Amino acid sequence: MTSAAGLPSIRGLLSVRGVSKAFAGTTVLDDVSMDVRAGEVHAVVGENGAGKSTLMKVVAGLHQPDGGELALDGRVVRFQHPRQAMAAGISLVHQEFSLLPDRTVAENVFLGREPTRRLRVDRRAMISRTATLLAESGVDNVSPHSLVRRLSVAQQQNVEITKALVHRPRILVLDEPTAALAPHEVDALFARLRAMVHRGLTVVYISHRLSEVFQLADRVTVLKDGRVVDTVDIKSITPADLVRMMVGRELSNHYFPDRATDPGKGPVRLQVSGGGNDAVHDIDLALRAGDIVGLAGLDGSGRSELARALFGVQPFTRGTVQIDGSTRRLTSPRAAIRAGIGLLTADRKAEGLALPLPARDNGLLAARALGGRVASAAVAALVELAVKVGLRPEALHRESRLLSGGNQQKVVLVKWLATDARVYLFDEPTRGVDIGAKAGIHDLMRQLAADGAAILMISSELPEIIGMSDRILVMRDGRIAGHLPAGAGEPEIMALAVPA
Amino acid sequence: MTAAAHRHVGSSRPVWLVLVLLFGVAWLVVALDGGNFVALPNLQNIAQSSVALGLVAVGQSLVVLAGSLDLSVAYVVSVSAVTASVVMNGSAADIPLGLAAALGVGAVIGLGNGAVIVGLRVNPFIATLGMSLVVRGILNALFDNFAGAVPDEFQALGYDAVAGVPVSLFLLAAVVAGAWLLLHRTRFGYHVYAVGGNIEAARASGIRTGRVVLVAHVLAGVCAAASGVFLASRLGAGAPWVGPDGGYDLESIAAVVLGGTALAGGRGRLLGTIAAVLMLAVLDSVFNQFQANAFVQTLVRGVIIIGAVALYAFREQS
Repeated sequence: MTSAAGLPSIRGLLSVRGVSKAFAGTTVLDDVSMDVRAGEVHAVVGENGAGKSTLMKVVAGLHQPDGGELALDGRVVRFQHPRQAMAAGISLVHQEFSLLPDRTVAENVFLGREPTRRLRVDRRAMISRTATLLAESGVDNVSPHSLVRRLSVAQQQNVEITKALVHRPRILVLDEPTAALAPHEVDALFARLRAMVHRGLTVVYISHRLSEVFQLADRVTVLKDGRVVDTVDIKSITPADLVRMMVGRELSNHYFPDRATDPGKGPVRLQVSGGGNDAVHDIDLALRAGDIVGLAGLDGSGRSELARALFGVQPFTRGTVQIDGSTRRLTSPRAAIRAGIGLLTADRKAEGLALPLPARDNGLLAARALGGRVASAAVAALVELAVKVGLRPEALHRESRLLSGGNQQKVVLVKWLATDARVYLFDEPTRGVDIGAKAGIHDLMRQLAADGAAILMISSELPEIIGMSDRILVMRDGRIAGHLPAGAGEPEIMALAVPA
Repeated sequence: MTAAAHRHVGSSRPVWLVLVLLFGVAWLVVALDGGNFVALPNLQNIAQSSVALGLVAVGQSLVVLAGSLDLSVAYVVSVSAVTASVVMNGSAADIPLGLAAALGVGAVIGLGNGAVIVGLRVNPFIATLGMSLVVRGILNALFDNFAGAVPDEFQALGYDAVAGVPVSLFLLAAVVAGAWLLLHRTRFGYHVYAVGGNIEAARASGIRTGRVVLVAHVLAGVCAAASGVFLASRLGAGAPWVGPDGGYDLESIAAVVLGGTALAGGRGRLLGTIAAVLMLAVLDSVFNQFQANAFVQTLVRGVIIIGAVALYAFREQS
């Protein structure tokens, strides 16, 4: 096993030596060293904000390090622009999609290296080579002619990977490639990656999902707070070891303990009768104070649409909604907020936060919109609320875009606490959040429920649904397909979720 | 790529449809009034009046598609008109020199815009507004009205016609064809769309984004300069007021968005812009035939532009 001290190993292909990087005075990478050997799958794990993505952007030439250096085959390289990293054989598959929605698949795949003939783009060659590449990577449901905006998330992810392979890279860096994929799509991706590794590709793989790391990787480097904890052989450790290295403490017994409260006895906070619009139909549901109700279902089953209807984004056009016993018309988010509803969207960056604003202003965004007494009370209590969700008060003064994903989620939560919301709609509350922060968010949800809030939690992760919920609703085709009690198993949920 | 694939990338067809419709209505309305909208002189007039704005709008399309903007085009028109007429100074032998100087000045100003935007990271709105003021200051310090003169031979560009088609229309057609090929058939064009669509993604794909923006601005400067040269030929000389009087800065942006290009960049078609320029010319022509109040004319333009963009936003949503 190589030490993480930055000594180039004999088989070392890429060496990161003492790399540091700071943004706006915040250190993100601190003296990071790591060796990637030719032909291996090298996983990089760490909590949110550990610096994994930044490290990979340095490797791919998107960021220039403040200190330290990179070496390829033992020679020091300096990348001023991503094209230099590409020329050196390094390709990055981004966590955030870097595709152009209004261009075709072929145009995206060859972006930046379009084949030309006598100065004109050779579109015929571009399309046929895209088709070949897609076929090579086993993608058979995407046409080179399709507009990217018309593709599903999984298809887009495949296009993104195909795009990275155009350069015939020696090193392929994948940053959370499975975050938006369904299980069978993950399997397909892994099969493809293994085949490519077999043909000599070196892979650097970033993931939150430890099971994937154990399935795929040869070695793993653990980052914590911008520093390397260690690089170890995957065969020499257990998942529990890895978690301990990532968070610096045990988590195993922490996960999903039995609820202490006796759920279902509080007053009904939210009652929907016969609710419906273009996307969801015949919705009947009741959330009680203290309830955590899990909302399961496949992608496209209408889970998010139901949350959006309740929050007035795409309001119900039929049926009635009662909150704390009085009928409310939730025709806009403003009306929903006034009624005491808070929505925590799956996409924090796009819908949850005004990223350039300090966390403090984001926390007060909704309360200030309501104005008057709500706002002044919220200002006074802001620090208290931050502490309650486990956010350091100093973090309130930082720009929201500089916070880690877990902390951004906490800021969104503060936003709704500040409006004194009583009904919380969580859409994928722990998507893209690392394991330590995940447990923290689950604790917070339970705390909220214990304080008398009613919670509707959408999640694609069945263990989360099963572990957290007092009751489980399963959606299918825009309707609630069934109710299950706490303790229901995955087969029962899937039986309701999958169309017959 | 097939034509079918292009259609859903954003076609300019609806804009042309509206143009044809507008033309038909104009014909009818003028006919009811006892006039002939399709008389050759009138059509020539519409074509002529489209050329100046059309040339500027082609360049404006390039920078807007690249996610930028150029507010200095009106003064580039002026400065190139004056340069052409001063350098030629009535001598036919100096036509090539005058042309080169005028287009060169446009290229240099465009380069300056691009350098400030890319190098100093100044917002394009501010950068080109500032450049516009700089050029205006210099121009007004040196000239107060017509300066120099273009030779009679050069006025052919502004007034002659071949088989009824004004010579200047060939110039516009050539510039449009060149810009179309550049945008839709070359790597540079692909990169313009990429940079305007998502500059971070473009950079991460290995595109030198700064260079793309810079070149787009140089081309916008050259296009505006070509428009200035055409106006000098029409007027017989250049004057500092020809650009701003034509309102080419805001009108060209209006034509670009009326033609269906997203002001944020990355989406739109060059031919849509041209259709929009023709629409504005047809509209002007109708108003002129009825000798309508100029203020009403401006007002109607404003309403049409807002209405069109609102319609695009609506279509985008549904």
